[in-house]
Amino acid sequence: MTTEEVMKEMAAILDEVAGVSADQVAMGKSFVDDLDVDSLSMVEVVMAAEDKFGVKIPDEEVKNLRTVGDAVNFIIKSS
Amino acid sequence: MGAQPKVVITGVGLVTPLGHDVPTTWQAVLDGKSGVKALTQDWADDLSSKVAGQINLEITSVLDKTAARRMDRSTQLAMIAAKQAVSDADVANNVDSERLGVAFGTGIGGLSTVMEQMQILNERGPDRVNPLTVPMIMPNAAAAMIELEIGAKAGAHAPVSACATSAEAIAWGTSMIRDGRADVVVVGGTEAVINRLAMAAFSAMRAMSTRNDDPQTASRPYDLGRDGFVMSEGAGALVLERYEHALARKAHIYAEVAGFGMTSDAHHIAAPDPEGAGAARAMLAAVKDADANLTDVMHLNAHATSTPLGDIAEGAAVRRAFGSHTDSIAVTAPKSSIGHTLGGAGAIESILTVLSMVNKIIPATINVIDLDPKVNLDVVHGDHRSLTKGSILALNNSFGFGGHNVCVALRTI
Repeated sequence: MTTEEVMKEMAAILDEVAGVSADQVAMGKSFVDDLDVDSLSMVEVVMAAEDKFGVKIPDEEVKNLRTVGDAVNFIIKSS
Repeated sequence: MGAQPKVVITGVGLVTPLGHDVPTTWQAVLDGKSGVKALTQDWADDLSSKVAGQINLEITSVLDKTAARRMDRSTQLAMIAAKQAVSDADVANNVDSERLGVAFGTGIGGLSTVMEQMQILNERGPDRVNPLTVPMIMPNAAAAMIELEIGAKAGAHAPVSACATSAEAIAWGTSMIRDGRADVVVVGGTEAVINRLAMAAFSAMRAMSTRNDDPQTASRPYDLGRDGFVMSEGAGALVLERYEHALARKAHIYAEVAGFGMTSDAHHIAAPDPEGAGAARAMLAAVKDADANLTDVMHLNAHATSTPLGDIAEGAAVRRAFGSHTDSIAVTAPKSSIGHTLGGAGAIESILTVLSMVNKIIPATINVIDLDPKVNLDVVHGDHRSLTKGSILALNNSFGFGGHNVCVALRTI
């Protein structure tokens, strides 16, 4: 998948799970600081992304995924 | 007025099978409508009871989508009712958050979420279980979510006593104000367990109506043909407030919570005490707490769930408490219209009692075709009854499995 395709799906997940509107989602945005995604919602985002992209995102990896870009790059690398 | 603070009702909210707010529900009750319909879902095919009072409301039309997905349906309904009550009472105006409390319960809680997550656990494994499962299924979820929503910091409590739950919440809220812990308390209860397990489980107790061919008359308290209660979902919320506090901020006052009585039967886990001793003591305690005389009671909004034993036991309890004055108490059974909302019933029906007092009209119990003589009460049926006297004292009974008896005494201002 391309970066754009993964970004688009991530935006849809963030809207569904955490009520983040698509226009707020950008590679450099921090989940916690910019998008107000709390720890429980972050678990939901990770689970939804695993289902969507068929990847496994281990708990120890989640703490490294500070920004949307971190997550998108991890997904592209893993899929 | 005695030494303890007077507690009044300054806001109400309802979401029921009859309507998604207070005016719609009240009008439907006055119109003699039934909120009960056939259950047409596939999962209901092999159930013995296939009628229920369902709420057809697009939840996200009234609640934020992201907030709603963090709540079990029972909490969603609670939030809808609570927001109406808080708006009605204008709680945002001149209420100190540290003097604002919550007492809100549920009889069963997030059972539908438990069932969904159990299926995910079994089919997809432990790492697919929703991280919000615990805050969705805990019995205090509604109380906690309302507390968060309105910023209530005086305390949030979640009384649980089966079908007496939300009447008990009214008592808790009243106590919080009387004890000086709060000036304003949002109280009520909710239930949303129209699902395969709850329907099967109550049916296994032989507690539910099987009048599947005629849903609208399946809930028929006091009728000779009654064959069990009808499951419904719904929530009711009231804003209770210290009288002087309400006056100071010029809040609209519906009525006074004059008192309450709470007892337990110590008789059986599910069956009512046939002599109604515990229920009678609850009613007597409520009248005493209201600093009133037994002969002041003009109206009873009964628990009356449409079970063969329960309706008679409550009648016996009323007569045990009031003796010959029983014949002067006009009784109505709103579950004939709404069905049984379990943990929501006490609050929903207390609101209907208040509306009866304010509008001076007792709605008729519907579906009473042949009044059971064993009930031996003045059941308002056929036509509505006017309440003409100036000051009105009315009672609302709620009883729960486990032998919980709660009676709330309400009085016009």
